Amino acid sequence: MAAAANMTAIENDRPPTVISFDTISLSYGNRVIISDLSLDVGRGEIVCIIGPSGCGKTTALRMAGGLVRPSAGSVRLRGAPLTAPRQDVAIVFQDYGKALLPWRTASANVSLAMEAAGVPRDQRQARIPPLLAKVGLAGHGDKYPSEMSGGMQQRIQIARCLAQDPAVLLMDEPFGALDAMTRQGLQDEMLSLVAETGTTVFFVTHDLEEAVYLGDRVVGLLPNPGRVGIDLKVSLPRPRNQLESREMPEFLRLRRELFDFIEKAER
Amino acid sequence: MNSDWWKGLVVPAVLLGLAELAMRFHGSVSMSLAAPTDIVIAFGRVLLNGSLLAATGGTLVSAGAGLIFGGFIGLLLGILFGLLAIVDRVMEVTIEAIRPIPSVAVLPIAMLIFGFGYRMEIAIVAFSCLWPVMIMTRAAVGGIEPRLLEVSRALRLSAVDRVIKVVLPAALPRIMVAFRLAAGIALVVAVTVEIAVNPLGLGYGILVAQQALQPDVMLAYLVWIGVIGWGLNVLLSLAQNRLFGRAGQVEVVR
Repeated sequence: MAAAANMTAIENDRPPTVISFDTISLSYGNRVIISDLSLDVGRGEIVCIIGPSGCGKTTALRMAGGLVRPSAGSVRLRGAPLTAPRQDVAIVFQDYGKALLPWRTASANVSLAMEAAGVPRDQRQARIPPLLAKVGLAGHGDKYPSEMSGGMQQRIQIARCLAQDPAVLLMDEPFGALDAMTRQGLQDEMLSLVAETGTTVFFVTHDLEEAVYLGDRVVGLLPNPGRVGIDLKVSLPRPRNQLESREMPEFLRLRRELFDFIEKAER
Repeated sequence: MNSDWWKGLVVPAVLLGLAELAMRFHGSVSMSLAAPTDIVIAFGRVLLNGSLLAATGGTLVSAGAGLIFGGFIGLLLGILFGLLAIVDRVMEVTIEAIRPIPSVAVLPIAMLIFGFGYRMEIAIVAFSCLWPVMIMTRAAVGGIEPRLLEVSRALRLSAVDRVIKVVLPAALPRIMVAFRLAAGIALVVAVTVEIAVNPLGLGYGILVAQQALQPDVMLAYLVWIGVIGWGLNVLLSLAQNRLFGRAGQVEVVR
């Protein structure tokens, strides 16, 4: 069985599937949001989801997080149906200002994830500083979110997710509200964090260049109802570099292809 | 402090002075009014003979216990209704049928059940404090940033942890306002019950002074009740800032 699975993995040149959307549909009353969407995300893969607004990309992410259940079809994590939020699947929301507890310090916000997991207090205290250091917030643990910049607040949220020791990181336009320089910095930090831990990443964005820069694959969804329209492999070498990677012909070709896709999808 | 803080005191001081002069020059004995200085003297008298403190204790115990009981039940119900829309819908008619009953109207029933004394008064104060706390807590919980609740779901916080670590702190500023409001109501209701039927506390003190034709004592009690009400509000404001620190002050950014 394992050998067979291994064979297929080698044949397809694809890592074993971690998350799979199996012909899922979602409708509220008569409104069909997503229809027959199928998508597999392999272990350690960074899959970026793009698409015009209303294509259900955020909804798909929320399904992968167990926050929304499909009306038909199933979302599976390593083969097992995913019906509720899980310890090893962490979600980074776009609106960090709303997703953090304003009455808790950066440390205490990170601690919340471990409190939920039942980690004893002394272990929490020991684990928080390294987590904050990992996201570049060493020494800022005692600050409240309101005392920090947007980029730093989003780092707190990422640290809180890392505290879950996630196998899968679901990111919903996490850098969309940040300025260009901060965004690039966080993109690179995220890539090196993920490379270190081998975390699988499902990354929703509306920024085509960001999708190509970060992803191993870029999946474009079509709207009304949401479904997969395009699935591109990104063969840019890693580690990526903000200047060199973005100047490569492959980058420009993919960007062009996605741009055309979005333009057609919106028409 | 501002250097012109005394300006606000000018009007009351003048009014008190005029009242004093009017009472002195009018000369006759009043059954309903007394000169401010007589009130102060009467206040000193009831303070020294211990009757004022005993009455204050009686009223505060009743109002406080009623506030705690009623507020606690109101808080629990408010959180329940605020978090679970279904329960809110199911209970809506029932609640709206009971809530408008004036608390003083349940006096006869409370007297049948508890007789005179503390328990009856506490029950009525609790009944009247329950509703404002419940309704404001429900609104506060219903108004919590949905993303925060989603985060607590995504992190898989237990139901109890969700309430204690996310819902309560997020709703705390508005819950504290509800309790301050309810504290005022508790005092009003307690004194009302004492004047109407219950032979204890400040309300009963006022009543006795009135029936003994001692307007100075009566008005001394009245002023004292005002001071108590003001003090209670200051105390709760302080508690909000000191006890709950940041959670008590920060409204969730929306």
